[in-house]
Amino acid sequence: MALFDKYAALAAQYRQLEQAGANPFNVKFEEVLSPTEAMLAGRRTLLLGTNNYLGLTYEPAVVAAANAASSASGSGTTGSRIANGSYGGHGRLEAALADFYGRKQAMVFSTGYQANLGIISALAGKNDHLLLDADSHASIYDASRLGYAQVTRFRHNSPEDLANRLRRLKDEPGDKIIIVEGIYSMLGDTAPLKEFAAVKREYGAYMVVDEAHSLGVLGATGRGLAEQAGVEADCDFIVGTFSKSLAGVGGFAVTDMEGAEVLRVVSRPYMFTASLPPSNIAATEAALHELRTRPELRRRLNENAHRLYRGLERLGFELGPEPSPVVSAIMPTPEAAFGLWAALLKAGLYTNVSLPPATPRGLALLRSSVSAAHSPAQIDHAIALFAEAGSSLGLLKAELAAAK
Amino acid sequence: MSDQASEIREVIFGTLQAALPQARPLSDDTHIIEDLGLDSVAVMDFVMEIEDKLDISVPLDKIAEVETLGDLVATVQRLKQAA
Repeated sequence: MALFDKYAALAAQYRQLEQAGANPFNVKFEEVLSPTEAMLAGRRTLLLGTNNYLGLTYEPAVVAAANAASSASGSGTTGSRIANGSYGGHGRLEAALADFYGRKQAMVFSTGYQANLGIISALAGKNDHLLLDADSHASIYDASRLGYAQVTRFRHNSPEDLANRLRRLKDEPGDKIIIVEGIYSMLGDTAPLKEFAAVKREYGAYMVVDEAHSLGVLGATGRGLAEQAGVEADCDFIVGTFSKSLAGVGGFAVTDMEGAEVLRVVSRPYMFTASLPPSNIAATEAALHELRTRPELRRRLNENAHRLYRGLERLGFELGPEPSPVVSAIMPTPEAAFGLWAALLKAGLYTNVSLPPATPRGLALLRSSVSAAHSPAQIDHAIALFAEAGSSLGLLKAELAAAK
Repeated sequence: MSDQASEIREVIFGTLQAALPQARPLSDDTHIIEDLGLDSVAVMDFVMEIEDKLDISVPLDKIAEVETLGDLVATVQRLKQAA
C-alpha cells in the first residue's frame, strides 16, 4: 500500500478544486496592500476573511517597533528559552500581558496553537480529566492527545450537559479541568461563561478559557468574554493568541495560580521550540498598547460586525446564532460553499470556506471575518456582492426553501 | 450473550441508525469509519448520544481504539460494568 493511499478521497477532492481553478485551501495573494485589500489573480480584492480584527497589521507604531527590534536584537533567537535563554523583550511582553489581565503571571508561546497544546497538556496529568466543549478548536483536541488525561466531551455551550458529565465523573480520582472558548471560530457564537463558572464551582473543577477570537473584541477593556461576563476570577487560566487582534504570531497564557512557574519546565510545546523573534515580540507589545489605548477600534469592529451580520441576515442567508466579528453563512452543501466562495472571489471579495470535521454538526460554511479597518462602505459593498452571488446561485433562504 | 450485552447492542445500533442519513445493515463487523463514512466528529457525536442513553462516560482515547461496532459494544459493556 502506498504511503498516501489513506488520503485518496481527500486528495481527489483537492485535485478537483485545483482543476476548477478555485481552491479556497490554496489561495496565493500576489501582494497584500492593507488590512483590507490585497492583489489576487491580478485584481484588487477586498479582504473579508483574515481574522485581522483590529486591523493593526500596518499600524505605523507596530511596524516601527518590529523594525527597531530587528535592528537592535537581530532577526531571530535561534533557540528555545530554557536551553538558549530569553531576550529582554520576552519578559517585557509577559509583564505587559500580566498587567493587562491583572494577573500574577503570563507565559508566551511561539504560536496560539502551541499555547493550547502547552497549557492543556501540562495541566492535565495521567489521572486527571479534561472536559472539552464539543465544538473546541483543533488545537484543544490535539492538546488533549498530547497529554495523558482522560478526555470527555460535553455538548456545545451546554452548562447542563457539562454538569451531567462532571456528575458521572465525580467518584473518579484526579482533577477535573474544563476547557471552553470565548468566541467559537466557526460560527462566531459566545460561551455561556457565567453558567459554566457556576458549574465549575459546584464541582470543584478548574477552568481554562481560550480567548483567541475574543481578545480585543469583547469586554470593557478588551480582555475578552471572561471580562464581559464578569467571571474572570473563575477562569484559572486564560489562553490567547497574538495572530488575530494583535496582528502578529504567537500565543500566551495568564494565571493567578501559585506555582504556575513550574509550567516553564514541564510544558513540552513551550520548552522544545524556538522562542519568538525580537521583531514579533516588539510588534505584539506595540499592538497590545494600541488595543489598550484605542477603545474606538473595538467599537468600530463591533459596528462592522453588526453591519455585516444584519446585512446578510436581511438578504436571507442562514447565519450563526449571534453577531460577532466572525460571520458565517450556513450552506446546504460543500459544493454550494465552494460555488459561492468562487463567485465572490471572482467579484473581488475574499472569504473563507469551512468544512466538516472542522465545523460543528457537519455544516458547510461560507465564513467571513470583519476588521475595525473596514469602512462602512466596504462592508456595504461586500453585502451587495453577497446579494448578487447568493441570488444567482439560489442560496438565499427563500430560494432554498422553494427548491426543497 | 448476557442480557446487558444485547441491551447495549440494541442501544448502539438504534442510535447509529437514527444518526445515519439512510438506513444501513449493521453488524458487529461493521467498520464505523470505513463502512459508514462517518468523520471523526460524527463518531464522537454518536458516542455522546450513547453516553447519555446509558449514563456512562466513554473517554476519547477509548473511542480511538474502537474500529468495529463489535469493538464499541465490548468497550461500552466494560465501562458500564465498571460504573
